[in-house]
Amino acid sequence: MATAAQAYDRTDTAGQDAYERAFDAAVAADERIEPRDWMPDAYRATLVRQIAQHAHSEIIGMQPEANWITRAPSLRRKAILMAKVQDEAGHGLYLYSAAETLGTSRDELLDKLHSGRQKYSSIFNYPTLTWADVGAIGWLVDGAAITNQVPLCRCSYGPYARAMVRICKEESFHQRQGYELLLALSKGTPEQHAMAQDAVDRWWWPSLMMFGPPDDESSHSAQSMAWKIKRHSNDELRQRFVDICVPQAESLGLTLPDPDLKWNEERGHHDFGPIDWTEFWDVLKGNGPCNEQRITQRTRAHEEGAWVREAAAAYAAKHSHGTGGTGEQQA
Amino acid sequence: MTVDVTTHAAALALGDDALVLSHRLGEWAGHAPVLEEEVALANIALDLLGQARVLLSMVGDEDELAYLREERAFRNLQLVEQPNGDFAHTIARQLFFSTYQHLLYAELAAQDGPFAPLAAKAVKEVAYHRDHAEQWTLRLGDGTDVSRERMQRACGALWRFTGEMFQPVEGLTVDGAALEAAWLACVTDVLGRAGLTVPEGPRTGAWTAGAGRQGLHTEPFGRMLAEMQHLHRSHPGASW
Repeated sequence: MATAAQAYDRTDTAGQDAYERAFDAAVAADERIEPRDWMPDAYRATLVRQIAQHAHSEIIGMQPEANWITRAPSLRRKAILMAKVQDEAGHGLYLYSAAETLGTSRDELLDKLHSGRQKYSSIFNYPTLTWADVGAIGWLVDGAAITNQVPLCRCSYGPYARAMVRICKEESFHQRQGYELLLALSKGTPEQHAMAQDAVDRWWWPSLMMFGPPDDESSHSAQSMAWKIKRHSNDELRQRFVDICVPQAESLGLTLPDPDLKWNEERGHHDFGPIDWTEFWDVLKGNGPCNEQRITQRTRAHEEGAWVREAAAAYAAKHSHGTGGTGEQQA
Repeated sequence: MTVDVTTHAAALALGDDALVLSHRLGEWAGHAPVLEEEVALANIALDLLGQARVLLSMVGDEDELAYLREERAFRNLQLVEQPNGDFAHTIARQLFFSTYQHLLYAELAAQDGPFAPLAAKAVKEVAYHRDHAEQWTLRLGDGTDVSRERMQRACGALWRFTGEMFQPVEGLTVDGAALEAAWLACVTDVLGRAGLTVPEGPRTGAWTAGAGRQGLHTEPFGRMLAEMQHLHRSHPGASW
């Protein structure tokens, strides 16, 4: 979008119209918007909000799974889980970098997370009570995330779209591992099978809530779709996810906790029961089972690590003067 | 499996070191001071877990060995079982151990013995671990007053566990005294560059040297194993 890449003068109304037309044309033509291109303030703000929330979700999302690293029941599973949690930290780093291209900083965004001014995915406010929850998160939560995120690989903002390409590859891998973990439990001892079923019973509805409120209550949807940040509506993606999960649950030998779930020949989709939106809004407002715990742990890690970051900064300041290029500034 | 009994003892010792330290580093997940360290500490933990799995598999079933032995049957150094403490403690523990492991694996890789294949691969990983620990030792030692004080205290607290690394281990054909001299020279150099002093306390003592290798551990270790093993032990014979 080189046409809009020149310096932008806010007092020049006629000029602004030209920039807007160029922006709209680029979006309409499925071109990518890049960091130095002109973009509407609201587009920038929406992207910062969405990418930051996405990054925060990766970081908070480490907690429910890390909860089981020290108790993983085999060394193979422990290695897989550690690698997954490590990937999530890496995804957080990609996403903060993508957000920074829009003129914010990681510190600023973390500050907003810690003070509750920016959100993270409500799913991570549910507790991981058994080992099977690690599998249910992989299969259902990562599955829902992928359904949401694959269309973002074509999002109009270039840095976000490129981050999503990398992230989706790793997420798909995690999702298969989660499925495989549940399969091993489902085909294991009766106790293991029961553990797997219990986890799916607890994670199914929260996973459906990950797609956000129904289309008629989703405040940002229409604008985000017009800007091609979003490509499909919440309800559309939720339906797609349900249709994917039903046969997978069957091959897992597990049931989904919804008596209304059945194939609708006419629609060519599965019908499913009503979602408890009261619970959804409750968790979103901070009253879920783990909201308090998650933010407290995150904030504590940040505060207790302050002296380490200060040490690194002081060291860098001492050693980056003069000729530089010692390679020691990069801690 | 054609590994003889003396090789067993050495594989268990090295395998338990890697297993236990990996577990401790895994405890950092979600608690690190900066996101880059979430990645780095998990990365080191994963390398060590990989080494542990190879070493324990030389002896028997990796999961049986990790999950069904009691505290008294573990052969790891007391150093690696020490709780994480603050970031400085974790870095000091890592500096002392990675320096040892790097020197040891370099030698085992050159020897053409039963550990050569593992050591040849692991020595490359451990070089990174050692560099990471050294870089942080420099930053904490030569950072702020607070960080220098914390790093100095951490080195002092862990110093008494460092002599054990050079006790003889059955089946491990290395010259302990030479290894110790090389280790001390490396650590002295790093601490000096970081503006830290080499702790003055003893590096060995009746209960702090050679004890872990004989299955005599420190109190926090039992609790660590209880957490690590409880799920596996709750489902005897199950596969995961």
